[in-house]
Amino acid sequence: MREVKNSRDRGGPAQPLVIANDLTRHFPVRGGLFGKAAGAVRAVDGVTFTVEKGETLGIVGESGCGKSTTARLLVGLIGLDKGEIVLDGEKLGGDLRLKDLWDDVQMVFQDSWASLNPRLTIEETIAFGPKMRGVSKVDARRLAHDLLERVGLAPARFAGRYPHELSGGQRQRINIARALAMKPRLVILDEAVSALDKSVEAQVLNLLADLKAEFGLTYVFISHDLNVVRFVADRIMVMYLGEVVEIGPVDEVWRRRAHPYTSALFAAMPSMDPDARTEKPPLAGDPPNPIDPPSGCRFHTRCQYAEAVCGKSVPRTSVVAGIASHLAACHMLDEASGHTKAGAAPTLINEAAE
Amino acid sequence: MSPLMEIRDLTVRFHGERTVHAVNGLDLTLQPGEVITILGESGSGKSVTLKALLKLLPEKRTEIGGTMTVDGIDVTALTGRRLSDYRGKAVSMIFQEPMLALDPVYTIGDQIAEAVRRHDRVSRTKAMDIALDMLTRVRIPSPERRLRNYPHEMSGGMRQRAMIALALACRPKLLLADEPTTALDATVQIQVLLLLRELQKEFGMGIVFVTHDIGVAVEISDRIAVMYAGNIVEEGTVSEIIKDPRHPYTKGLLAANLHGATRGTSLASIPGSPPPLDARPNNCAFAPRCAHAREECLEALPPVFRPGPGRRVACVLERGQSEMVLPARTPEAA
Repeated sequence: MREVKNSRDRGGPAQPLVIANDLTRHFPVRGGLFGKAAGAVRAVDGVTFTVEKGETLGIVGESGCGKSTTARLLVGLIGLDKGEIVLDGEKLGGDLRLKDLWDDVQMVFQDSWASLNPRLTIEETIAFGPKMRGVSKVDARRLAHDLLERVGLAPARFAGRYPHELSGGQRQRINIARALAMKPRLVILDEAVSALDKSVEAQVLNLLADLKAEFGLTYVFISHDLNVVRFVADRIMVMYLGEVVEIGPVDEVWRRRAHPYTSALFAAMPSMDPDARTEKPPLAGDPPNPIDPPSGCRFHTRCQYAEAVCGKSVPRTSVVAGIASHLAACHMLDEASGHTKAGAAPTLINEAAE
Repeated sequence: MSPLMEIRDLTVRFHGERTVHAVNGLDLTLQPGEVITILGESGSGKSVTLKALLKLLPEKRTEIGGTMTVDGIDVTALTGRRLSDYRGKAVSMIFQEPMLALDPVYTIGDQIAEAVRRHDRVSRTKAMDIALDMLTRVRIPSPERRLRNYPHEMSGGMRQRAMIALALACRPKLLLADEPTTALDATVQIQVLLLLRELQKEFGMGIVFVTHDIGVAVEISDRIAVMYAGNIVEEGTVSEIIKDPRHPYTKGLLAANLHGATRGTSLASIPGSPPPLDARPNNCAFAPRCAHAREECLEALPPVFRPGPGRRVACVLERGQSEMVLPARTPEAA
């Protein structure tokens, strides 16, 4: 396995596995009498990030922030309006065709039931992809059995079963095995454990960690559960209304929370200490509609530090506390922005918030 | 002080293509003004227990045993007019999905006013005033305007607030909350939880809150009852459950919550999955997944112990450490 991996590594260890540059995707909203385009959901709007080889990048944010659309763009399930995806040095649409992308990138979805074909047995489901790629029937079957064994489902008992005969946790293991059957380098897990019960979720997270080490995988892990992301991710990317507001190493972001939205999102986590329950909600109201997002900094309508400049101009992305890998887009981090708190250390911002 | 709600030996069984033993001999008591959370995973019977309390389960296919008393009313005996008086006035319920609980063709104001007039003899104008007051109390911005809104014109968090206003309009003594914050975004969920906490204090009502999220349970409740395979395996105050869990299942759940778990380590997960409940459990239902299971766990229902006042643990591991209130037993044949 490892041998095959290395022969596919084209750019070397320093080349990021994925460079996503200015990803943009708007969905037109039809309205009115003749279905004229009445506006657009700006689902993903100029999102830029990289995924390093062998890391787990966690993406967090609330509904409508564009995290699932970002995932779908990365796998090529939907097309880009603007921007580019570079996989190990090769640009999608240039040197890299969509079919080649799917050799390297696979996805596991949240709904384990909807993502399996009810008419195929487990073995057929896992062997389907490899067979389409020209693997012989016998080899595909052997691969399916190996993978079943690997995800903790005894092939003798499970290979012939149908999805409806399995529990949610078991079905999600099948989805993971199916993704691995294509021998991907990058697996995108879109809320892959969110629908599972807590006790089963822990089993699947352990499995994912083992598989990552064994097959030398890279993960993009999308979740709304910050505890889970903190546990699995090396770096975390926080999204709000189609934009990246903060990205950096997990512990670094956890400690500094440079963007006020990151700070609010973390503070909204239920306390696990009965003696220190949350007394005041960090934000009021619901996230705004991505059809017509607020001008300037999209968070300014809910931000307690918002000033005139925040509604007028889009904040630049700044380095936080001199750590080059930690970036956030907030006027308060940009000394030239004209915000009265501009240039204040982000740690100070947090102390004021708490 | 007599309890607000008392459930004794509740059993709920569904008949159909196959029989499901959803609730199996559940006991639960709630004092007036107290908030208890039933914490459990899918299929543990937590929602079924709430629906049984409002008699919302399909009568033809459901077999209910045991007794349920709310505010002195024998719930199992209620029918017809007296049942509709009880629903909404004595006990009210809020759900996970407000879009399904609210009527899409009536305005929020009309729906609240209708519920008020169903239970109290007041004029339409007065009922609308009450509706307006309720929308203000649940902190919906510009309530006068929102009164004339249809459910689809509101955001998710707003609809959840409107449903709470509707449920509380007749000042019930007991509120049943079935995962009301699960579908909400994190920053909205905490707002709704804090709102419920405030309203609970303001109205002095009791709440039975159902969730699978331990963090939510910690934020909202005084006590937690952990449910597994149709029965309560452990009950205690929030501090007792969080800081001193006794039942292996509770311990496993807390570990699986990942709060403060160290990256790069393997999680202490509970192996396997919950039992299918085709038959009534006649031993400890958790035993097949339990690292401490012994022979006696598979022979009879576990004994129940009381490690302290208001606490109980249904596990043999407690033997010798605390007082036994119910010995190990075999259920009578069904």
